[in-house]
Amino acid sequence: MADATQPGDGDEPKTERRDFLNYLAVATGAVGAGAFLWPVIHSMNPSRDVLALASTEVDLTPIEVGQAVTITWRGKPVFIRHRTEAEIADAQSVDVADLPDPQTDDERVQQAPWLVMVGICTHLGCVPLGQKPNDPKGEYGGWFCPCHGSHYDTSGRIRKGPAPLNLPVPGYEFTSDTSILIG
Amino acid sequence: MSSHSAPTFKNPMVRWIDSRLPVFSYMHAEYGTFPMPKNLNYFWNFGALAMVVLVVMILTGIMLAMQYTAHIDYAFDSVERIMRDVNYGWLLRYVHMNGASMFFIVVYIHMFRGMYYGSYKQPRELLWLLGVVILVLMMGTAFMGYVLPWGQMSFWGATVITNLFSAIPIVGDSIVVWLWGGFSVDNPTLNRFFALHYLLPFVILGVVILHVIALHVTKSNNPDGIDVRGPQDTVPFHPYFTAKDSVGLGVFLMVFAFFVFFAPNYMGHPDNYIPADPLVTPAHIVPEWYFLGFYAILRSFTDDWWFFAWFMSWIMDAKLAGVLAMFGAIVVLALLPWLDTSKVRSCRYRPIQKWVIILFAVNFVVLSWVGGQAAEEPYVSIAQWSTLLYFFLLLVVVPVVGWIERPRPLPSSISEPVLKAGGGGMAGATAAKMEKS
Repeated sequence: MADATQPGDGDEPKTERRDFLNYLAVATGAVGAGAFLWPVIHSMNPSRDVLALASTEVDLTPIEVGQAVTITWRGKPVFIRHRTEAEIADAQSVDVADLPDPQTDDERVQQAPWLVMVGICTHLGCVPLGQKPNDPKGEYGGWFCPCHGSHYDTSGRIRKGPAPLNLPVPGYEFTSDTSILIG
Repeated sequence: MSSHSAPTFKNPMVRWIDSRLPVFSYMHAEYGTFPMPKNLNYFWNFGALAMVVLVVMILTGIMLAMQYTAHIDYAFDSVERIMRDVNYGWLLRYVHMNGASMFFIVVYIHMFRGMYYGSYKQPRELLWLLGVVILVLMMGTAFMGYVLPWGQMSFWGATVITNLFSAIPIVGDSIVVWLWGGFSVDNPTLNRFFALHYLLPFVILGVVILHVIALHVTKSNNPDGIDVRGPQDTVPFHPYFTAKDSVGLGVFLMVFAFFVFFAPNYMGHPDNYIPADPLVTPAHIVPEWYFLGFYAILRSFTDDWWFFAWFMSWIMDAKLAGVLAMFGAIVVLALLPWLDTSKVRSCRYRPIQKWVIILFAVNFVVLSWVGGQAAEEPYVSIAQWSTLLYFFLLLVVVPVVGWIERPRPLPSSISEPVLKAGGGGMAGATAAKMEKS
């Protein structure tokens, strides 16, 4: 190996071949180890039974104006609020450019009275308060996360505090006028 | 490692083993005749105390694992069963629970000792780095252990901390799903946390062994921070420090026992005796007390904080900034040997650095205090200023003080101040007498 750097030497081809075999062996070993590493890592990802999650259907008829319900979807809370006229007006009157995560109210709802979103604070995953009538609702009348003090408005948009994003809206569709299918 | 010649053992069985596997010679060299500086004070107990706590934690932990069920439907009840039905289950669990707190108290004091007397400095940089690695492993282990009883704080602590990783750009969300093994903290999460909580203490033990090997190469620092000049500056580990460590251990075990028997839940949170509920966040999520300082740094970073708005908001969001700052708080600790520009180790001879280190410790206590308060004024502002001070002290003040400070003259040897003090100090007189005899 030591004289591999000396050009013109008689055994140069030999050392090159030996180097090549070395690299080949190491590379094969590395690929083999890497090929085994992936199954080990991937085994920690959600398994098939976890992935095989049914979507959730929700009947909206019992939810009065001004009421909110929390349902479970994929192990997470989903907030459904039947908003009042005042709350809708509030949400629509905001100047979108001033928001940390700019989104109009129209982009966040399919039908103005029904706000559907995943009730997990985008900061570090707490469930914000504001679903129950006597909960603190924050400075913008929506939700308030008690963990680190994030305030969400009546459209679930982040207005104040450490959370970077609005509460996410899951994929859902109205299967009839009074029921939705989430997921 | 030690150059002392191997002893000749009288017992033929010992001799037979030792000539094939020199465990007895090794113990004799490393814990018998091993030379220790003769001026060590009680701050030098805390490494041995940490070792004792680690052994206690592993022992009680294995016993608890025999009774615990790592499943979201049974975990909480299995812990209650340990408390009520298992023979001495309450004792094992309270020792293990308070042992975690004791471990952090002991290690934090051990770290303060290292900072105050400059134990991290040349030639002990690697020793200090291994210590920081142990701290990080301890934090991971303690965090996952707290999840296992599956109470409200377990669940929400796990949710908040795993969500930290979602701050990583692009791959963050995939990493969080990978950590959870699902779409929220759930049964797969509990299972893997149990497996890792069992594994990590043995990894800690491995790094502790490296820490001790490195210590026995460079040998112990001492309160004067000067090098040992020869045998006149040292005493053998046994009986001097086996005895001194035993005294400290006795006092420590009394404190430990006080908490176990008289205030077992003082350092816990009552909400963790409510079974986990994924739909209800406790009004006030707090981590265990030993994480509060770092937690305060994490939540200091809000969109409306001037420091974040001026210096960081153009490159990252507040959440990522908080996460980076929290991990950065440990990284700067690891860099301490290179941030400190002074050649003098001990703060005894560093009139400015002494107050810098004390201020750093006080500031860490302040951070820990505000980290346990609600996210409202005045605590938010206090936390933010303390966060700045934490980094300012380590990154700016420590290097600058090393340049401008004029250290007091160092004693010419370890023996010199001991012999000179002769009755001048208060408690020093008795200590000096003991060490001379």
